[in-house]
Amino acid sequence: MPPFEFKEIVRQCWEVGVRSFTLITVTGFIVGLIFTKQSRPSLLEFGATSWLPSLVSIAIMRALAPLVTALIASGKVGSSIGAELGSMRVTEQIDAMEVSGTNPFKFLVCTRVLATTITIPILATYTGFIALLGGYLNVAQNEGTSYSTFMQQVFQPLQFLDFTASLIKSIVFGFTIGIVGCYQGYYSNKGTEGVGKAANGAVVTAMFLVFIEEIIIVQISSNFR
Amino acid sequence: MEKQKAHIDYKNPVISIRGVAKAFEDFAVLRGIDLDLFQGENLVVLGRSGTGKSVLIKLISGLLRPDTGTIKVLGQEVTQIGDRELQALRIRIGFSFQNSALYDSMTVRKNLEFPLVRNRKGITRAEIDKAVEEVLDSVGLSKAINQMPAELSGGQRKRIGIARTLILNPEIMLYDEPTAGLDPITCIEINELINQVQQQYNTSSIIITHDLTCAKETGDRIAMLLDGQFQRIGTFNEVFNTDDKRVKPFFDYNFIQ
Repeated sequence: MPPFEFKEIVRQCWEVGVRSFTLITVTGFIVGLIFTKQSRPSLLEFGATSWLPSLVSIAIMRALAPLVTALIASGKVGSSIGAELGSMRVTEQIDAMEVSGTNPFKFLVCTRVLATTITIPILATYTGFIALLGGYLNVAQNEGTSYSTFMQQVFQPLQFLDFTASLIKSIVFGFTIGIVGCYQGYYSNKGTEGVGKAANGAVVTAMFLVFIEEIIIVQISSNFR
Repeated sequence: MEKQKAHIDYKNPVISIRGVAKAFEDFAVLRGIDLDLFQGENLVVLGRSGTGKSVLIKLISGLLRPDTGTIKVLGQEVTQIGDRELQALRIRIGFSFQNSALYDSMTVRKNLEFPLVRNRKGITRAEIDKAVEEVLDSVGLSKAINQMPAELSGGQRKRIGIARTLILNPEIMLYDEPTAGLDPITCIEINELINQVQQQYNTSSIIITHDLTCAKETGDRIAMLLDGQFQRIGTFNEVFNTDDKRVKPFFDYNFIQ
């Protein structure tokens, strides 16, 4: 039902993206670099270091990129939403919104949940490419592989299902982070203590649910392979 | 400044409360209260902390629902109307919160614009600016327009909170502890502002307080809430000079303080 709060959704998407961008860039790069570095010795034993790009791409695209993004967003975005709404609740800002003829659930909760649901998949895709870049630097340093060859080997083993499952996973993670953060903040109480609990509860619950969802989605997607 | 005589229509109640009770778990806060607020009147609800004064105005604005009883506001039964009707009714009621409840992520200008933009469809930029300037002028804080709430003093925050409700030209004002936590001079200024709002905007108001000066300066009638019921309703002098043993200690204690 109108108003659809487009402006607020765009603002929240921007907030979610900007809040996590730097951390996700750094973390994604390190995850890609470390994963490649740690996998190399095992493959070297079998003389299969040429498989490194394929291994890295499957690991990153299927699992690491959505998971790492979701965990970082749980900490960064989820806690921020929980604390923000919790603080608004205890200082009666949510009540003030309600009595001034604005539906606070729609304006505060729906917009944030939509923003995380839209933005987390975009961030996860970005994390994937940044992690691959980290992986490429390691492979290039040790093997002297060119960028184009590396990318060719990266995309070769990937199937449509990998991208679809990864996208669905990120959407579910994004929705979870948004809804958990909003729930914890919107229904917080007990004054300033409640704000801390809301922020903490948002992170812990979202992270826990992300892992549970990861298991479920992996199980379901493996049935389609 | 002396309070000007208000034009009160005692035949026209804008709020009628009948038999309202509200309990939180086992604790009965309000026990079947009756109350009328008349057109153009400033009604002060006095009482000790925890007697359900703030609960009363939250019930009126539909933020809480009573366990029993009826609350008629501007001809509409708050407990029976749907969300959309309640939202439309709330626009006609201004609610000034105890801690001002300013949106702390927005500037004063944005705080004031927020209810206007959301409730007046098709309003132009020029009209918004004019309304913001007018309402800020009426609370005497034109210079604060670009400040953040955190940069304002307690009194200034109260004024901006009142300005934010006035921007929608409400017919009823609900003030929750308007002078709580303020110094005596600022209290006087807020009392004057409440009276000014009554005259300038022709509002009917319920003022929740335990500040006797505020009650005396702003109230046309005083309602004394004790033990979940109104023990006494009348002019300040009528309530102040009562022999009621339950009411008298409240006044004695406050004046000793």
